[in-house]
Amino acid sequence: MSGKTWSVPGWVRANLFPGPLSGLATLAILYLAWQALPPLVNWAFLDAVWSARDAGPCRAEHAGACWAFVTDKYRFILFGTYPYEAHWRPAVATVLLIALWIVSLVRAAWKPWLLLPWACGLTAIGVLMWGGVFGLGYVENERWGGLTLTLLLVTFGIGCAFPLAVLLALARRSSLPVLRGLAVGYIELIRGVPLISLLFMASVMLPLFLPSGVSIDKLLRAQIALILFAAAYLAEIVRGGLQAVPRAQYDAADALGFSYGQKMLYVILPQALRIAIPPLVNSFIGFFKDTSLVLIIGLFDLLSTVKVALTEPAWSGFGVEAYLFASLVYFVFCYAMSRYSRALEREYARGRRSAFWSLDLPR
Amino acid sequence: MYARRGSRLSALLHQAAALGATLALAWFLVANTLENLAERNIASGFAFLGREAGFAIGETTFISYSAADSYLRALAVGIANTARVALVGIVAATFLGTLIGLARLSHNWLLARLAAAYVEFVRNVPLLVQLFFLYALITEYLPAPRAALEPLPGFYLSNRGIFMPAPGPHSAYLWMLAAFLAGSVAALLFGRWARARRVTGARGFPVPEIGLALVLVPPALAYLAAGAPTELDVPQLVGFNFTGGMTITPEFAALAAGLVLYTAAFIAEIVRAGIESVSYGQFEAAYAIGLTRRQAMRHVVLPQALRAIVPPLTNQYLNLTKNSSLAVAIGYPDLVSIANTTINQTGQAIEGIAIIMLVYLTISLSISGFMNWYNARVALRGRG
Repeated sequence: MSGKTWSVPGWVRANLFPGPLSGLATLAILYLAWQALPPLVNWAFLDAVWSARDAGPCRAEHAGACWAFVTDKYRFILFGTYPYEAHWRPAVATVLLIALWIVSLVRAAWKPWLLLPWACGLTAIGVLMWGGVFGLGYVENERWGGLTLTLLLVTFGIGCAFPLAVLLALARRSSLPVLRGLAVGYIELIRGVPLISLLFMASVMLPLFLPSGVSIDKLLRAQIALILFAAAYLAEIVRGGLQAVPRAQYDAADALGFSYGQKMLYVILPQALRIAIPPLVNSFIGFFKDTSLVLIIGLFDLLSTVKVALTEPAWSGFGVEAYLFASLVYFVFCYAMSRYSRALEREYARGRRSAFWSLDLPR
Repeated sequence: MYARRGSRLSALLHQAAALGATLALAWFLVANTLENLAERNIASGFAFLGREAGFAIGETTFISYSAADSYLRALAVGIANTARVALVGIVAATFLGTLIGLARLSHNWLLARLAAAYVEFVRNVPLLVQLFFLYALITEYLPAPRAALEPLPGFYLSNRGIFMPAPGPHSAYLWMLAAFLAGSVAALLFGRWARARRVTGARGFPVPEIGLALVLVPPALAYLAAGAPTELDVPQLVGFNFTGGMTITPEFAALAAGLVLYTAAFIAEIVRAGIESVSYGQFEAAYAIGLTRRQAMRHVVLPQALRAIVPPLTNQYLNLTKNSSLAVAIGYPDLVSIANTTINQTGQAIEGIAIIMLVYLTISLSISGFMNWYNARVALRGRG
């Protein structure tokens, strides 16, 4: 296209009909779209039922999508069985949590002072969710649910798994064979089995592991399984970051007489983690999606509330609409994160060309 | 490395401490577990595997099963079902994923955008949501068997499953299978022999064509020799459902479709990245030495692209196999789902979960072992 002026027919020719086979593909796609789009638009928008007290209008002869399910049930889907009149509390907590995440994504905020807003924010969220002080009624965590629960599982999952992952990665790269063996064993064991088996283990076996008399609730058990699971996967990414730090950096730190702790804390980890951030964000997306599995052990996360709302006889049979809505909510969060990770990767690619330390000097 | 004085002693101490802490934790857990088991009167051990299971299983693969059979047999059915959905999934996802990956690289703007949108959407929605969606789509939007859709004569789509004609029982099919296996072995041996011969400088053979003929012709001959049976077992509507023919249950259809659609999006990205990793200069160099387009693809580009594709592809195969455990959520009787029923009936939680983990670890290690072997074959040979 260089040198030529841009024109519609020229663009169409170059991009839609570059060759006979490709042109045929274009025609086939256009034909399919012409066949499928009108009924789809009718179903999703024109014939859709947008609000109704029950599914009566949705069950009419030519009714399209039953979005009334979503408009009627959205508060249950978002907040689960939390007391209805107190829904503002999980709502504020959710907004607060999302705000904390957004602030943490800004690179200028990657400083130690970031811990302060997190500490304050999480305290506020705890007060809001549990209550019991400042005149807020106490709500036990069995009643937490919906989007709020999903976001809390993700936040605490990543927050606790990450330090564990760094330790595991350091152990796996360590020169001490016993330490390395333990780390390899743990990582490979966790990565070799499905998350469901870990969740089953947490829900059925964890009570057996603890001294009699000690019991922990279902939410905490699931959270522990998610943390142990995420740590193994994050550890492999951190290890990748550690391996990408040039050998010379290790030698330089040794030459300065740094102890192992100083070397890692001040020289290696800052560089390794910086390299690892884009893949880490990608694996956060995977983790976000994986939290939906807690449904199988009976926790009320976002997907679970959708499924429970569907079991109400008045709304049964509208699974397609319900799960499309659930997909949309998950998509918004995951897509935002994946755009962010890609932007970060581009920024890094720009920065790396001039970064002095990336020159792997011959030893 | 620079070794400080006393660093050997400190290394030893650190390792002893780590090992000690791990062993102490393990001892603490085991002691608690034993105490708890004794308190609850749960006998540990695998003796329960021989007892009668007493529950029915919706569908089986190769292994016949009834509720009177043992737990061991029920679990074997679960493993076979897991293997079936994983195998179907891996083959179909590789095929679809490669197509979508190539579509993303297409010069056709519409095709490339469509493929990109597909990948973007599917990768950002949890697989479990997609499985529920597909299952709802099948059970809510397909008609009942009485009003089943018939896209092709003998093929029926209904909310009770997909029904299709199957070849009737005849010994010819066994002979065809045997001929196919023998032909495949012959093709492999021929390929080896031809490669060894080419190195000596003798005139080459059209290896792919002869290989394909070796695989396909013997079964066709066996079919004709056995009398060319044309009898088909066509599904018949009896009462409220179909009987006869081949059936794909809604659970299997939703699980297999979900796994394929989800994994294909990831494989597409891997294929695209793999092909993009081969620089354009490689094509040009191949043309410059007189290779045809097909030869350049086969001997220059593909071997290099595969090198970048195989390791992440292994991960996707492993993920697909592990993700097949989501079957429990939509009622497909895979290993996890049957082990879960077993745990609920017998209370043998530790043994049940140990079986699940052991089976998946074995599958994971064998797939990664096989792919490592394949990867070593396609990897860069040492400069010798």
